[in-house]
Parts: sequence; C-alpha cells; structure tokens
Amino acid sequence: MKLSGTIMILGSALLLGLFFYPLWNIRLEAPQYPDPLGMDIYIAGIEGEEEFDIQNIDGVNHYIGMKKIPKPEEMWEFNVFPIVIGSMAGLGIILGFLGFFGKISPHLFLGWLVLMGVLGIMGMYDFNSWLLEYGTDLDPKAIIKLTDAEGNPLNYKPPLLGSEKILNFTAHSYPRTGAYMMFVGMFLTLIAWITGYRTVRTKNS
Amino acid sequence: MKQLNSILSFILLSLFVVSCGEDDAKSGDKRSGGAMASNAAERVYVAPGEHDEFYAFLSGGYSGNLTVYGLPSGRMLKEIPVFSQFPTSGYGYSEETKPMLNTSFGFVPWGDAHHPDISQTNGETDGRWVFINENNTPRIARISLETFETEEIIEIPHSAGNHSSSFVTENTEYVVAGTRFSVPYPQEDIAISEMKGNFKGPLTFIAIDDEGRMEIDFQLKMPGFNYDLSHPGRGDSHGWFFFTTYNTEEAHTLQEVNASQNDKDFIAAVNWKKIQEYVANGGGQEIDAEYAHNVYDHETHTATSTMMKKVLTVDPRDVEGAVYFMPTPKSPHGCDVDPSGEYIVGNGKLSTDLTVHSFSKMLKAIENEDFDGDAYGIPILNFESTLAGTVKEGGLGPLHTEFDADGNAYTTFFISSEVVKWKLGTWEVLDRQPSYYSVGHLMIPGGNSRKPEGKYLISMNKITKDRYLPTGPELEHSAQLYDISGEKMELLLDFPTHGEPHYAAGISADKVKANSRKIYRLDENKHEYAATSEDATKVVREGNQVHVYMTTVRSHFSPDNIEGIKVGDKVYFHVTNLEQDFDVPHGFAMIGANTSELLIMPGQTKTITWEPKKAGVWPFYCTDFCSALHQEMQGYIRVSGRNSNTPLTWTLDGE
Repeated sequence: MKLSGTIMILGSALLLGLFFYPLWNIRLEAPQYPDPLGMDIYIAGIEGEEEFDIQNIDGVNHYIGMKKIPKPEEMWEFNVFPIVIGSMAGLGIILGFLGFFGKISPHLFLGWLVLMGVLGIMGMYDFNSWLLEYGTDLDPKAIIKLTDAEGNPLNYKPPLLGSEKILNFTAHSYPRTGAYMMFVGMFLTLIAWITGYRTVRTKNS
Repeated sequence: MKQLNSILSFILLSLFVVSCGEDDAKSGDKRSGGAMASNAAERVYVAPGEHDEFYAFLSGGYSGNLTVYGLPSGRMLKEIPVFSQFPTSGYGYSEETKPMLNTSFGFVPWGDAHHPDISQTNGETDGRWVFINENNTPRIARISLETFETEEIIEIPHSAGNHSSSFVTENTEYVVAGTRFSVPYPQEDIAISEMKGNFKGPLTFIAIDDEGRMEIDFQLKMPGFNYDLSHPGRGDSHGWFFFTTYNTEEAHTLQEVNASQNDKDFIAAVNWKKIQEYVANGGGQEIDAEYAHNVYDHETHTATSTMMKKVLTVDPRDVEGAVYFMPTPKSPHGCDVDPSGEYIVGNGKLSTDLTVHSFSKMLKAIENEDFDGDAYGIPILNFESTLAGTVKEGGLGPLHTEFDADGNAYTTFFISSEVVKWKLGTWEVLDRQPSYYSVGHLMIPGGNSRKPEGKYLISMNKITKDRYLPTGPELEHSAQLYDISGEKMELLLDFPTHGEPHYAAGISADKVKANSRKIYRLDENKHEYAATSEDATKVVREGNQVHVYMTTVRSHFSPDNIEGIKVGDKVYFHVTNLEQDFDVPHGFAMIGANTSELLIMPGQTKTITWEPKKAGVWPFYCTDFCSALHQEMQGYIRVSGRNSNTPLTWTLDGE
C-alpha cells in the first residue's frame, strides 16, 4: 500500500496546480487582431492573456449585446470552486496517507475518483451553461442583431471544447495547464487504486 | 572677371556632365533590363505583412517634420511633427502641444528641419532618440523612439542658421548646434557693413542626461565664419568635434561670389573635453540670453515651455589647446569622420577633389606647433601637416560622405549628380553611380558611427524632374536606394520623399521596434483635465470659459449632448480616449472650430478650443474610422444667445 498511497498523495496534490495555472482558455482570433484576444479561466476568476484583453473583449462584445465578462465577485462559482478543489485535494492527500500506512482500503481511492469525476462533470455542465447564457442572453438594445435562416437570434456561445467561427472571430476553447495537471492527477489516483487493489489482493491470496 | 570665368566654366562643365550622365543612364537601363531588373525588385520587395530590415528617419526640410521610412522597401511609415503645426494630429494646435512651438520670438508655427541623428552608446546607434535641428529659428528637438513623438525642443540663443547641427557625440554626451549665419553676439543694432570681426558664429554644446533631457552646457564664441556642417570624433578622436566653415572672407553681400574667394576655408577642430573640464571648473562667463526650453510629458500629455535667461559663453582663446583651424579647400560643406575616427573628410563643394585630414597627424602638428598663422587668435595648422590624402577627380561638387564597415567611403557629388565610392587610405575611386538628380545628402544606416551597417545606401536628391508621374510644377523630392554589399553599387529603387530631406539617420529595426509603445496607459494619465472613465465626465463653466471633460470609446462620446453653451464662450474640449487597445485612436472635430482636429491615441488626453459665434445646434464627430459604428460616433452642442439662461447640462443616452 505504500506505493499506491504515494501515488494517491501525488495525484490529488496535482489538483493544487489549479490555484496557480488556468483551467481553461478561450482565445478569439480575427483579421484585425493579429495578436488574438484571450482569456484565461482560473478556478477563482477570469483574467486576460494580455493586460487589457478582458476590456477589449468586452468592447467587441458590446456590439452584439453580450454581458461583460464577470468579475470574481459576480459569480458564486469563483468562490465555491477553490473550496471544492482545495477540499478534494486535501481529502485525497489524507486518504493517500491513510492508505500509505495501510489504515484504509484502496477502494476509497476509487471512491475519491468517482466523487471527483461527478464534481468535474457538474463543473463542466455549469461552465457550459454559463457559456450558453453568456452567448445567448443578449441586450435587447444590442447594436448588431443577427438572425439565422429561421429568424432566430444568432447564438454567440463559444464552444466548450474546440474551435468555432463566431462572426469575424474564430473562438478557440481548450484546457490549459491547470486542467492537464488535474487530468494527470485523476489518472494517477486511478493507478493508485489499481496498484493498491493488486497489493491487497496479493496479500489476501 | 576671373571669378565669372570660373563660374561659367562650372556651368558648362555641369551641363556636359549631366548630358554624359544621361547617356550613362540609358546604357545602364539596357544593361539592367530583364533578369537584373527582377533581381532588383526581389531585393527591395518586402512581402505583405512582413517588416523592413531598417528604419530610416528622413528630415522633412521645409516641412519642419521628420518622416519615418522602412528600408529596403522605401515605404513611408509615419510623419512625425516636430517644428511645424500638424493639423492631422492637432500638434501645435492643441492646448497641450502649443508650448512645443514657443520661442523667444513667440509662437513660431513652422520650421526648417535639417539633420536627424540617432543617439549613440559606445559609438553605436542605440535607438533611444532622434535629434534634429531647425535652421531658421535655431532649435534642436528630441524625438522619442518609444512613442515616435517629439518630446523636447530647446531654442539656441545668439545663433542664426542653425545648420552645423544636431550631431551627437559617441555616448550622447552632447548634441551640437552651430551657427551658419554669423551675427552680432549678442544681437545689437549695428551697420551690416561692420560685420567683419564684429559678428560671431557661436557653437553650442547641449548636454544630454540619461532621460534625454537637454541643457545648454556652454556656447563657444567662435569667429564670425559660417559653420556649415559638423561631426564628432570617434574612437581615438572621441572628445573632439569638427566643423566645416565657409565665408571665412566674412562677406555680407553677394556671398555666392564674395564668400568664394579664399582658396581654403577651415575645418574647426574643437576639443570639447577640454572645454567641458574648463567649464566644470568654473570657466566661462554667464551672459544674458533668452531662449525657450519646451518639454512634453507623456504622463500629463502636456508640454510646458520655460523661458531661460542665461547662457555660459566661452572664448576659445581662453582655453589653451581647445580649438584649431585646419585649412580645407573650396568652401567645404560636409564634415564627415570615418568609423575609426582617424579621417576627417572635408567635402570642398566648389572642387573636384576631396580633402581628407588625419587626426593623428593633427595631434602631431599641434604638438609640434606646426602653425600657419592664426585667425582671431586661433591657431591655423599647416595644411600639409594635417593632410592625410586627397581623393582626386571624384566628381564635381562633393557635398557629403558616409562610410561602410569595410574601409570604404561614399561621397555625393551634387553637380555631377552621382555617388562615388572610394577607399580610405589609398584615396582611390572604386565605383561611381549616377543619382537622379543632383544628390545632396546620403545615408548608410549607422554610417556616421563606429559600426556602420553597410548594406544599403540611400541618396537624397534635390531635383526630381521626370522620375515619377508628373504632378504639376511642384514635385516631391526623390531618393534612391543602392545595394552596397558588393564591390559595385547597384541602384535598386527610387522613392519619393516628403518635404526636402536634408540628411537622414538609419538603424536596424531590431534595435527599435520592440520598444515601440502600443498605447498610453490610462492609469498613468495625469492630465489635469482627463476623465479616465465615463463616470468622471463633466462640463464646468468658469466665467465665459467652459471645460468639457469628455471621453471616447468605440463608438460614442460621453457626453454627446451638451446644452447651455453661449455665444462668446470659449469651449475647451478635453478629450480622453478610454481605449487600451493597440491602434484604436479616436478623432474629434467640431464644426467651425478655428483650430484643428484632434487625433487621440488610446489612454491619451488632448484639448482643442472652440469659440462658437452663432446660436444653434452644432454637431461634432469622430474623424478616425474607429469601428463599425464610427459613423454614429457624433454628438450635438446647443449654443444659446449671449444672455440666455439655458442651464448647463450634459448627457449621454439621456443620463
């Protein structure tokens, strides 16, 4: 259990990277923006890739009536996410230690991973619904009102993952360092479970 | 009669040479047709979206401005207003920049910009600033290469015809300002015929501090010759400055003849380190002067003009070993120092030859007191004892010389209209290429520093004639770009220039472009009347002056409706551009304003005044196509009668 406990500690500690590195990034490219506008999404707030990118994205978005990009205090997520991530990392590390000393079953590692998976999916769902709201809840006095072939207002929602053309911009939405650290961490906790499970089974047989 | 003969023969000679030049050009065309031509095209082609390899800063001459070009493409990138009002941006019209054009003669709206020079560190161009002189109302300006804006202008007192200027020493210790038209020193009411011995030609040494700030350190009270051009020593000759002179005859009328009598004029060699020391030890005499010192601040976005009252004058005879004259034939024009600092070239403009002095021989001659008399107490060195060599039969009418990094020099010949390449040390002519037409200055990037970047040479020609599509009697001047990387010079490109370029300065783009600013930061804006957010906008009446604190952002003004302005008011529009994005200026224009428009960069505040003369509702608008809703970026001002009671209100969208 020593090995699997160590891997578990390492894996869950990698979550802490989210406090330092962005989780996600949305970058907007357009002909007149040779240096694209970009925003880095952290668990505690949104920052521009360059100092004035948020102001400039807001400036561009006001033409189509989009709301301003929220400040940390304007979205409950930015308060809750750090607590959730911090708690999960802490919990994982404690489980790892307990596992290290053989105090608990490795199945609890799997339990942690499942819980983390559920929270992750909830987080992504929440993120996607924010993007949807951001891209569709438009000011009725918007300067530019565009409709699709059926006469419905255009949807300016950036993609959750991937690249998409939105008017003159191409939006690229991809995970960043923080997310990759989290993915690797979660994968390590899976390894921790498998390693631990094998050790326990060998011992029992 | 003798003079007349020589003038006539000059004219005949020049006609002869011009016609020869045409033949050469024709055969040259034949030679350079086909494959060669496409090869030249490739070498100056900078593909769409790509950048040029060099910046070139060309003086605008009588435009008063400085133009920025890319080389080798010859594309003009910007015109920087320096000594002339520039309604495009509001320079010299806006309240903030009017002080830049203040002088001891009051507001002077125009200037004659001459010789740009880039600041140097250890004898290499460093890309911090460009200095440029104004010939007419003597001034020196400093342009920042971070903002590409004029940041400072200092007037030169007791001078006239500020021509042998604004060259910098190899660590930018000094920029010099000479005097081409000798004048009473200080000015006084005397008969012109009393010129000889009474007029002076002061040479002014302006110290530059680490921020670029200029301050006159001392003024050298030189005899009343005409100090035409100058260059600093470098390497071993660092610490010296060399000035060509003409009119050592001290003629005051029909100078074209009367100032061309002496077979030799002088190059003045000034040991400025000695004088700097002398001054630092309390030497010199403080005399009355009146000159403006104008400084632009990028945080307040405002210039201030201070009138200075004193200048330190030094009599060259009081400083032992500080100044010598080197006889130089035929009214020398350009005074150019090679990259090693050993050779000082006197371009005797009424000659076919070039005279080159040796710095080491000069020092020896001084040591041996090898003098040939004196001029007003300043020792004249024996001509033979400083002479390094003569470039024979280079052409007709040599004006200026620049250098490459391989020991070659390039001289322009005005009368024979050509650029001539010759070898330093052997003085042998290596190549000659016609220039179209009557070339004045030439420039090799870094060609007047210790490290020339000798890949290209541009010639700046005084006569354009048929080089471009005709545009009536008035034509832009013309420049030519030569590739000088091979043994022979190759003409690659013609391009028109703006105003009349007197000299240029070039530098590798890499030394400059990374420092070029994109915006002014709003959080650093300390303008007295800035509104750094829409919440801070307001309109304040002080008697009949009304201050409008206005903002611009894509795509509206705030406020955009103002009422309560009266006929007879003076309205100050203080417009702050709230944008913090690269290349999003906004413009501001008011119907009937007797001033100019404003072009306001992101984060900047500029002010223009408007004195409404008629009651009514008067529009203003944004002049720079800033965005998709640019056309909507407009507003109204209601002007009521002189004695009306319309309350002062300002709104945006009814709020």
